[in-house]
Amino acid sequence: MIVLPLPWLEAAILFALAGALAVSRVRNLDRAWRWGVALTGLVFVCASAASLGFLLQTPETEFAEWNLQTLLFGRPYLGLDELNAPLLPAAALLHFLTALATARTRMRSFSLTWSLSAEAFHLAKFACKEPLVLVVLLTMGAVLPLMELINRGRPARVYALHMSLFVVLLWLGALLPNGTPAAIVLLAAVLIRCGVVPFHCWITDWFEQASLGIALLYVIPLSGVYAAIRLVLPIAPDWLLSGLGLLSLTTAFYAASMALVQRDLRRFFAYFFLSHASLVLVGLQLHTTVSLTGALSLWFAVLLSLGGFGLVLRAVESRFGWLSPRQHRGLYEHSPMLAVSFLLTGLASVGFPGTLGFVAADLLVEGAAGVHLFVGLAVIATATLNGIAILRVYLLLFTGARHTSSVSLNITPRERLVVLTLSALILGGGLFPQPGISSRERAAEAILEERKDHLVGKRGALAP
Amino acid sequence: MSDLRLAMSWLGGLVIAAPLALVLFFGFASLLDRRLSESAITKAIRAAIGIGLLACLGVLALMLISGKRHVVVVLGRWVETEDFHVTVKFVFDRLSVPFALLSFVLTGTIASFAERYMHREAGYNRFFVLYAVFLLGMIVASLSGTIETLFLGWELVGLSSALLVAFYQERLGPARNGLWIWSVYRVSDAALLLAAVVLHHMTGRGDFHRLLGEAAWPEGQASATGTEAFVVGLLLLIAAAGKSGLIPFCGWLPRAMEGPTPSSAVFYGALSVHLGAFLLLRVSPLIACSPALGAVLVVLGLATAGLAFLIGRVQTDIKAILSFASLSQVGVIVAEIGLGFRYLALVHLLGHACLRTLQFIRAPSLLHDYHGLENALGKHLTHAPPPFLRWADPATLARIYRFAFERAYLDSFLLTRFVLPFVRVFRRCDDLERAWTGWLQGNRSGVEDESKTPSLGMEEVT
Repeated sequence: MIVLPLPWLEAAILFALAGALAVSRVRNLDRAWRWGVALTGLVFVCASAASLGFLLQTPETEFAEWNLQTLLFGRPYLGLDELNAPLLPAAALLHFLTALATARTRMRSFSLTWSLSAEAFHLAKFACKEPLVLVVLLTMGAVLPLMELINRGRPARVYALHMSLFVVLLWLGALLPNGTPAAIVLLAAVLIRCGVVPFHCWITDWFEQASLGIALLYVIPLSGVYAAIRLVLPIAPDWLLSGLGLLSLTTAFYAASMALVQRDLRRFFAYFFLSHASLVLVGLQLHTTVSLTGALSLWFAVLLSLGGFGLVLRAVESRFGWLSPRQHRGLYEHSPMLAVSFLLTGLASVGFPGTLGFVAADLLVEGAAGVHLFVGLAVIATATLNGIAILRVYLLLFTGARHTSSVSLNITPRERLVVLTLSALILGGGLFPQPGISSRERAAEAILEERKDHLVGKRGALAP
Repeated sequence: MSDLRLAMSWLGGLVIAAPLALVLFFGFASLLDRRLSESAITKAIRAAIGIGLLACLGVLALMLISGKRHVVVVLGRWVETEDFHVTVKFVFDRLSVPFALLSFVLTGTIASFAERYMHREAGYNRFFVLYAVFLLGMIVASLSGTIETLFLGWELVGLSSALLVAFYQERLGPARNGLWIWSVYRVSDAALLLAAVVLHHMTGRGDFHRLLGEAAWPEGQASATGTEAFVVGLLLLIAAAGKSGLIPFCGWLPRAMEGPTPSSAVFYGALSVHLGAFLLLRVSPLIACSPALGAVLVVLGLATAGLAFLIGRVQTDIKAILSFASLSQVGVIVAEIGLGFRYLALVHLLGHACLRTLQFIRAPSLLHDYHGLENALGKHLTHAPPPFLRWADPATLARIYRFAFERAYLDSFLLTRFVLPFVRVFRRCDDLERAWTGWLQGNRSGVEDESKTPSLGMEEVT
């Protein structure tokens, strides 16, 4: 079936870049917001069309003559495959929903220019299969948060130190000849980018220093995991992946434990996110079809569920300020819909039955236990702690006290639209998981096939 | 005969579909912020429970007519990959049908009671949403034919229980107790999930019949070795202990009484508290493979029964007394399962659930009942200590009283040995991390910059 013979992917990236430029010149906040929402919406439509084109198997020859990459660079560097086809619209949707749900009190702190620029980089990164181009994109992507911190007048040293090390290692790994040393160095870079213990402090710091919306958009798409799949997984020997798994598992458990005892909402979210991101890495290192399918499904679930959870936290914060879950707040009475959304997205993140993450978590546990029962046990223990952490924070924020307020704090129509969209995806994906799981299984098989090819020496690791 | 099977499949599907439709109806109304009237909620609840109950009775009638004692309704493969699949399968047999019928009857009765009890309560809508989730969880768990489906129902029951305990959300106590219960349930869920994984590895699938044999319950012969049966059974026992409040988890039971009386009645008097025992009954062929596991069940069950009896004697709140009385009987039921008396345990479970539900819903008018009794007798009711404690001297009695009053120190044991050390260790890690980040940021003291101005919320802005 041939549909949509247009270069949608390039259009999405170009719209995001042009939009960032256009929005940066608009001084009126309301107008800038309207432009921003329209442009992120347009990018989402283009990204969805690109993904749909791939899923419906539109031959590339159908739009070869339109291909800007061929015109500009002689050959395409960006493209879609089983792995990235669903990730692109998901990342674009997250950007669109974040812009849409931005409250008036947040418009000044949430930079739509930044968001659109970051979106362009995310789309380009996820569409990129060429290792060296990916390294360039990851490097450029790491600079954007630094600009955000400097613009906001926040301390940037923690972020800068970690990302400098990341970039140095990334380039070193990219320039080294293929082999185990390159894999080790690239793995170290990925570990820093993913915030694996002991290189995780930049994530909590980033969440504390940046605007929450921007903080979410930078980390939730899990660019580090993408780098791990494209750069490390094909060339890393098994023992190195085992090391990655051990560190990731430790991080997942440690971060879940830290999330459980947090007294600061943003730090709670940072650790909660970190735990999930590390679980995805655990699935990668096991490199079996089941575990990899679980990890890729969990990645997708994290993008939507944890992204939605972050947006709900942002909505809570926009009403009640920077909250510290040290004492009960009793906010349910004023924002019941936010409370329900908090619970739904939070439980979906921990893989509650009937939600998007359930089958992903089940697959991951199955894959982990298949390798070693204790790995499965550690994954289950992590999920248990995360589940307790979610309800703890829910009960602290929304129950246990009577909150008085003189203004209406209920959900706005735009926020409701965001919540309903995410709920539909979370519950729809949870009740009918087969299409998503099949797609992730195909992606997992393709990744494992590629790894097999690399390891038998058919192709060079970083050669374009 | 094939028509009969088809009819059973349809009716079986309807048993599940009715509570599922109820949850979807309430859930979507809540998500769309459409506040349902009390009468609409009542009608929906009655319709769903009525349809589900009739369908379940229909399956029972067809089973009796056809002579079949094991009807499997497969709704299809929910997830299927090359190496992994989850089948949505429900089993109607001598164990699941009575338990499902019990669930429908008791939830229907209590829903009818709650319509009046919760009338004009601020959280009327919320109560029934969670109630519907609970009903779905119970039905799915009781009819599940695979451990994954059981897990789904198990989790739904756990979530609705914890949230209903925290129902009166303007008060601190319910919120704290809700978290405690949820934590215990999560441990129980983890054990069940691990059991599911081990089961997958043993049999290649999560279907009960692979593990417990093809024959109808309770005649199945488990295919596991003694060691396998002991490991899986022990994990399932931990899951059951968490859900049913067996030792060492029995401290959550009085905490659960913070919820509204109707939910306490149906959750902790009747259904939820028996779910652990139901699970053990379901896997009873497996328990039969391991005498050691059976012995553990008997010891744990009797110890729980004895302890619950003692603790129940010193409670001053009627709901707590009833909950420990429930637990005492659940302990006996578990011991019966360990001894292999499966039918006895099932009948005990069904009868006890009905009796306790009645006692719970009579609890709010207990004083009135006592006055009636005393008026009829013409004297005060006496409260004598149990016969076996009459020999004890006052000091021993005081020690026993203290032991029972502190609930055998189990809560404080879990708190001081597990929860507090855990919190202390990770809070210390948190402090160290903050110091490290502060040092990286250039603060000489190594402490993170506290002067950062948190963003203001809508309330502060306005």
